[in-house]
Amino acid sequence: MAGEKIRLYVKGKIVNYKRSKCNTHHKTSLLEIEGVESKEETPFYLGKKVAYVYKAHTKKAGPNGPTKFRCVWGKITRAHGSGGTVRATFRKSLPAKALGAKCRVMLYPSNI
Amino acid sequence: MARTGVWKKKSGSSVFEKVLHAEKKATGKSPRFYAPEDVKAPLAKKATNKPTKLRSSLTPGTVLILLAGHFKGKRVIFLKQLPSGLLLVTGPYGVNGVPMRRVNQVYVIATETKIDISSVDVSKYDDSYFKGAKKEKKSGSDSVFKEEAGKKELSADYLKNQKAMDSALTPIIAKTKDLEIYLKAHFSLKDGDRPHLMKF
Repeated sequence: MAGEKIRLYVKGKIVNYKRSKCNTHHKTSLLEIEGVESKEETPFYLGKKVAYVYKAHTKKAGPNGPTKFRCVWGKITRAHGSGGTVRATFRKSLPAKALGAKCRVMLYPSNI
Repeated sequence: MARTGVWKKKSGSSVFEKVLHAEKKATGKSPRFYAPEDVKAPLAKKATNKPTKLRSSLTPGTVLILLAGHFKGKRVIFLKQLPSGLLLVTGPYGVNGVPMRRVNQVYVIATETKIDISSVDVSKYDDSYFKGAKKEKKSGSDSVFKEEAGKKELSADYLKNQKAMDSALTPIIAKTKDLEIYLKAHFSLKDGDRPHLMKF
């Protein structure tokens, strides 16, 4: 890919669902944000919008015409543990194929 | 037969009683009818609509980075906060193509670069300036509607105001070294950038 000209989001990885040993809670996903390695670095990202962008086979209506790209929006709710992982809830719970996939952590709602 | 003690109602306690009292005073006659139950006086509405509180980093003349929308990544100058709470910004248009526009402060990063725009007159711009003309409701056929949907032309007023704003801002921008180039440049995150560690 030639690469995007303007990236206004931080790359994140959808790592897991919130879970205990035997039960998974799909409503909440765990994200690892690039460059965030400790709990002290997470406050900046709390409340920020997250987008899980994926491609599908059929074209559906989009803002600029029909497109194969789709998106699930969510937001970062809180830190998870002390290693910089973060919890996020999405409007619809993420599908299992999203585990290990990239997500986009937007810089808004901004507080700077 | 007067009610005494605990059961005696305070006179003039309800709105209705006040109204009756006023009526009696006005006409000198006893009122037309009495409500079967006490009418409660409505609570006074003291809510005032104030514009959203501005972040301390947002002062008129600050250079902002737009985070979303058609102009995302552009650096613009913050002019003032409108009564609705939205921010009035402009590129200026001649510099980076951003016209005078409203933006929510939550979709904006305030940088520490500031210019002095006290000499620029922004008092005439408010929310009604940006609201589009009201679309006429047509209860006709579809074809009539499609005819109307042509290219939206900007009124001469808009263009004139934009030009005036640009010409007011250009000399101020020229005073600061490299500011025009800065405003022309896009903001973008690159590999290795950590926004939580960046100073804007």
